[in-house]
This record gives sequence, structure tokens and C-alpha cells, in this order.
Amino acid sequence: MKWLPHSLRSYRRIYAIFFFGLFLWLLYVTDFGRMKGYQTSLLLELDPLTAIAAFLTSGTFYKGMAIAMALIVATLFLGRFFCSWICPLGILNQFLGWLFHGRRPSERYELNRYKPIYRLKYYILAAMIVLALFGSLQIGLLDPIALMVRSFTTAVLPAANQAGAPVYLNQPVFYGGAAIALILIAILLANRFLPRFWCRALCPLGALLGVLSRKAPLRIQRDVDLCIDCDKCLKACQGACDPHQELRISECHVCMNCIDECPTQALHFGLPRERSSVHQPLDINRRRLVETGIAAAVLFPMLRSSVASHTTPDHRVIRPPGSLAEEDFLARCIKCAACMRVCPTNVLQPAMLESGLEGLWTPILISRIGYCEHHCTLCGEVCPTGAIRNISVQEKVGEEPFEKPIKLGTAFYDHGRCLPYAMHTECIVCEEVCPTSPKAIWYKKAHIKRRDGGDLTLKQPYVDPQLCIGCGICENKCPVEDLPAIRVSSVGESRSNFNKMILKG
Amino acid sequence: MARRKPNNRHKTVLKPRTRREFLADLGRTAGVAAGFGALGWLGYSEEPVRRIERVAEKLKDFRVPFTEMMSHLAVVHGEDVDAMVREAMTMLGGIERFIAKGDRVLIKPNVGWDRQPEQAANTNPEVVAAVVRLCREAGADEVLVTDVSLNDPQRCFFRSGIQDAAQQAGAEVELPGSNDFIDTDMGGELLKVWPVARYYHQVDKVINIPIVKHHSLCGCTLAMKNWYGVIGGRRNQLHQDIHTSIADLAQAVRPTFTVMDATRVLKSNGPTGGSLADVAIENTLIAGVDEVAIDTYSLRYLDVKPEQVPFLALGEQRGLGVMDWKSLRVKEGQVG
Repeated sequence: MKWLPHSLRSYRRIYAIFFFGLFLWLLYVTDFGRMKGYQTSLLLELDPLTAIAAFLTSGTFYKGMAIAMALIVATLFLGRFFCSWICPLGILNQFLGWLFHGRRPSERYELNRYKPIYRLKYYILAAMIVLALFGSLQIGLLDPIALMVRSFTTAVLPAANQAGAPVYLNQPVFYGGAAIALILIAILLANRFLPRFWCRALCPLGALLGVLSRKAPLRIQRDVDLCIDCDKCLKACQGACDPHQELRISECHVCMNCIDECPTQALHFGLPRERSSVHQPLDINRRRLVETGIAAAVLFPMLRSSVASHTTPDHRVIRPPGSLAEEDFLARCIKCAACMRVCPTNVLQPAMLESGLEGLWTPILISRIGYCEHHCTLCGEVCPTGAIRNISVQEKVGEEPFEKPIKLGTAFYDHGRCLPYAMHTECIVCEEVCPTSPKAIWYKKAHIKRRDGGDLTLKQPYVDPQLCIGCGICENKCPVEDLPAIRVSSVGESRSNFNKMILKG
Repeated sequence: MARRKPNNRHKTVLKPRTRREFLADLGRTAGVAAGFGALGWLGYSEEPVRRIERVAEKLKDFRVPFTEMMSHLAVVHGEDVDAMVREAMTMLGGIERFIAKGDRVLIKPNVGWDRQPEQAANTNPEVVAAVVRLCREAGADEVLVTDVSLNDPQRCFFRSGIQDAAQQAGAEVELPGSNDFIDTDMGGELLKVWPVARYYHQVDKVINIPIVKHHSLCGCTLAMKNWYGVIGGRRNQLHQDIHTSIADLAQAVRPTFTVMDATRVLKSNGPTGGSLADVAIENTLIAGVDEVAIDTYSLRYLDVKPEQVPFLALGEQRGLGVMDWKSLRVKEGQVG
């Protein structure tokens, strides 16, 4: 069996390649033509941090997110193996750390020693959990899986498509995508200064898994008699977990590199043996922890005192079909952008501050870029958290047994820009493309006296607010390019009880 | 972190150079300087931007010579679509008159909308498949089926059933992406240069397979209007003078022949439809080489009079066909 990998490190590398490939492949197939019933949100659902945080804000482990429990159970026994074996950001950081430092082994001994700054991630985790306890779900900003899916959706895949990879039929664009790209690049470049800086110092998921692995029975063990204190185990240590001294179990990524580097076979993974070294407990300053917790607790009411979409409806906050009411939506959305990945028309865009600071990068419809395809329900299908419910086409368009279609908002005419009103020019493209039956856009024939005195009869369009579903195709196809003459605003959306205008309707 | 090397620059002095080394250095520097000078000379322009505009020539005429012995207009009623298409082509003199061995054929159905066949917003996929099969039997080398959809093209081709039907019948389905358009001289009154799906520049024959539908602005969408699906760009601006636009388009794209799908007709709420209440079953196909005549004939399914549709008269003025279809050799038949 010569061809079998001969060390745990080789197995870890094979798994890392497999899981990174799986991450890319799942993103690739998150598309109307390629989905075929694959569980495209698998990695997002496996993530215990988003599962727990969303549980705290809304009280449920939604559908597939229950499989995060399996990862928690495995971590309790095996430690933070997720970080080196499964996490796409961890794997990418590890690869880049190797790329940037592979030729400088002498530096690596220093770079891989534990540093007190690595406590920071536990404080970040604490702040996120406290916010979630109060009901604000901000974990998606820093959760590595959500961050990776979001960055790849809005930056990396569109860039790959520009470079010639056949990912999309039409090149997508994303609102503020460059900022998301810069953050990813900064995280990846940080490996140049400290390998896996993100994983060691910032990652709240790593912190959670670190806390969970405190009592893991299976771990890296060092035989104090065999160890010659050569520190070679530090050369490739990913977690900066001090395998050469007393192992910091909560920092260890179980990458198995130290075992391979050890010249005297003093290290092994498993249960302790007779002469195994003691291990260090979790290194956090309890006072700092309490301080960050209090800071988050103080931040929460301040966040909730600022204007946001759940206090004051905003006309631009048009949510995908099947979205929960705004407050519940924000309590479930982890800003992973899976919905934006699957959206066929590119209408779903990461919000900037339209829905308030708490709603950063949550999905909104920008109808100038795309429109909501009438019979499409893919965003709800891929949403891992249920912020967008997995609705049926019948529910969306209001076929039996449903009474009414789902309304995202309402379209309004801008008579100062609409061609038949302002320019006395035939148009009604909006009426042509309106997808409801009967059409929500109708017209009256208007008889107009022209400037030169001549008579003109043309069709002037109107919106029937009872029929309009707010899909935005009228705005998207309007020939008045920059600021369309018909625009959708969120008022009248089905999911809200107060963002309404008409008493009977 | 990288350690700094001890600073010893104060002790380093220039090495004396030979004359040869000095001249060689001077020569290199002069070369680089001359290079920058030349760059400034060559790059100088009165224009702020240098851009090469490429406009493709007009589309070729896809028609074939027509002999007077054949009928101009074939109307076939029935329910077996494949047999109806065969019968219509026999009336026109056989598919071999139109499609030669080795031809590359493009079929242009109406696949504008994310709708299912029963809703009659897109061409009946059975009609498309039947024409594909006929072209294949006539020896066509390649048969492409394409359209520039208004809704998401992947969904349109999938849910209309046209992708499956065309592929099973032996055609390739091409969904034009943003890079698949070529700026083309349209030579029209209104349409000068517009982006055209590149396939139209790459084929020998083009077959138009529209469907009869209601359309609020111009009364109907038929064969001539189907050429909207050839162009990209901001085609929604064409609505501002829709009749001239349609005439321009029909003048720019002259198909080999046309098969009008009136198996299901969208009578109201067009061109999108959506409700089965808008659809009438007419079980008819109209085939021919005169788009104006076919469109005029097809108006009977929509309760619209020819004089209410100005693009027909425009087309006749431009010699694209005749509105008086009765003056043509018409054959009507029933299949099954």
C-alpha cells in the first residue's frame, strides 16, 4: 500500500483540497441551470457559529442548520480540526502563509510562536454573541464561511468571469463589491506578516471552536522524555499553539504539521500516554472579556436608536420574495450573499446603509441592475437561514391555493420623466414587460395639443396598485436610462404590516 | 521579521569606469530617452481617446430564388404539428428548395419570456422541433436555435420547452451573452448601427418562427416584429417609433422562409400573457416567404384590422411583401 498517504498531514492536505474544491464547486452550481437539487448551502449550514447566533436571535435551528450540531460534537472530541481541514478561508490562509513564508524557515519559528494578540478573537466572539443575545445578528460580517461566500459571489467569481472563466452568461456587477474585495485581499495579504493572522487573531468561528475544544480528549500530545527541545515543531505550526511547550489546545488547528516535523517522534495525535506533557488552559483575560461584553451591551441600544429599515421603512429596502418581516429578516440574515449568487438577473445586491448599519450587505433589489423574475424562487431555495423563506412558485405568484401574490413593493410613475407624459412620445415598454395577468400597468389614450398646435393621441400608462407585485421589470426596461421614469419603492410590500399606503388592499 | 543589515554605505566609493563602459551607459540612456521621445511623437493626437470602431457589414439576404410554380402562402390546419410543418413545406415546394446540403441554418423562434408552452407567450416548441428535423433531413450541417430574450434567457429557453425540444431534434441552442453581439450596419431609416447577435453573421440560412400574439402598443406581434429578438442594446427605445423600427428590422433581416405558429394564440394581455384565459387554440400554421402577407393573414386571430397596423403598409412600401395576400398563390389544407 505504498500509494496511500503515510502521515496525518498528508491526509489533512487531501481533505483540505477536497473541501476547498467542494466550496468552489458548490458556488459554481449555485445557478439555475446547474443546481439540480444539490445542497448548495452545505458549508454555510455546517457552520455552528451562524447557527448558534441565529438561534439566539430567533430561537430556531432552521432546517439544514441543524447539521452544525454534528460539527460541534466532532469538535468536542477532536478539537478545532475544522479550521485546517474544512474551512475554505482557513485553507486559503494556510496556502498563502506557506506561499509567503515557505522559503524563510528561520523566520517561521518566530512567526509561529503564540502572541497575546491572538486573544482578540475571543473578545470579538463575545461581542458578537452579546449582540445576538439582544437580537442583533452581526455575526455574518466576520463569520469566515459567510465572508467567503460573500466575497466570492460579489468579487472573486465576477473577476474570474472577466478573466475568461465561463461562470456566467452575462457579467454580473455588485453594488460596493470593490469594498468587499478589498477586505478579502487585506485578510489574505495579512498572511505575509503573520501566517494565518485572520484565523489566529480575528476569526470568531475559530474562537468558538477553540472554546468548544478545551476538553477535547484527542489532541496533539508531546512526550516530555523524547522531546529534545529543538523547537522544530514550530516550523510549520498553523495555530501558533506552542506544541513545543505546553500545548494551547484552543489555538491548535489540528493541522498535524508538528508531528511530521518532529525528529524524535515525541509528538502524536490521540490520547495522552504515560509521559505526555500537560496542556495550557484557554488564554483569555476575564476582565477584558467582561469589558467587551459590556461594550456590546451598551452598543446594542445605541444601534437600535439609529434610523434603520425596521424603525423607518426605506423606499430602497426592497427585499427578495419570501423575505421575513424586516425585524425578523435582520434577525436571520447572515449576509452570506448566497441569494445574490443564484439570482439570475443580478437584481439582488448587497446593501450599503439603505437598511441601517445593521443591514450592511443584506440583500436588496436594485431594479436598475436587474428585476425579480416572475416565476423564480431560487433565492429562497438557497438561503441557509430562512431569512428568505423557501416559497413555492404558486405562493409567489398567488396561484391556488394562495389568494394573493407576494408583493415586494409598488411601482410609481415619474410624470416629469415618463415619455408619453413629459415628452409626448409613444412608449409603454413598461406595459409590454409587466408580467402579471391581467397586467398591473394599463393605459389611457390621451389626446394632446402639441406645441406646434397639432393634435396627438398617445397611450399614457398607469399602475394598478392592487395588481403590481413590485418585481421591477418596468423600471429595469424603462428607456429613460439613468433615473427611470417608473420606479419601485418598498411601500405595499406583503411582509410588512405598516409599510402600506392604501387602506383597502 | 527581516533583520536590517548593518549600515556601511559611508565606506563604499564608485569604481572607476572605462571609457567603453561610460559610452555604453550613455548610449543606453540616450536610447531610452529617444524611446520616450518617439512614444510622444507616435502617440500624439488631437483626439482625447483613441478607439477603433468596428461596424460589421449589413446582414446578407438569406432568401433563395423563388419560382412562380410554387405557392407563396401555405395555411395548414390540424393537431399533429410535425405533419403540419411537413405539409406546409411541401406546399411551398419542399424543404430542399430552401435548405441545401451543408447549410448552416439559424432558427429564430420567439423565446422572449419565462413562460410555459400552454401560455402561448413563446413559440410552440413542437413547431421549432419539427422545423429543426426538416432542416436536418435536408442535410443542414448545423442548426442553431437562438433568440434575445427579454426575461432571463436560461429560464426562457428552459421553461418554454424550446431548449429540450430543439436539442432533441438535433439543433444547438445558443443563448447570447453580453459578449455575443456585433455592431452591425442596419441600413434603416431609424436603425443605423445596432448590436446584432453574432450568429446571424455566421450562418447561410435564417428561418423565422414567430407566434401570433397581442401587443398593446402596435396591436400585434407577428413575423416582422419577431426581428426585435435579433438585436441587443437599448431596444426598448424603439417603442417610440415602433412601426418604423419594425419595418427597418424586417428590411435588415430577410429570412429564407417563415413559419407562423398559430397553434395557440395569445389574444390579450400580450406579449407576456401568463393566464390560460388569454389563450385561444387555433391549431394552424402559416408558412411562406412573404412576411407582410403572413402578418396580414394572421391578424384574423387577433381581431385587428390591417389598417390599424401601420408597419404592414410600411413594409409593403419598402417592397418587403404585399398586404393583399389573396393576390398570392395560396394553398390551404388540413392534416389528420
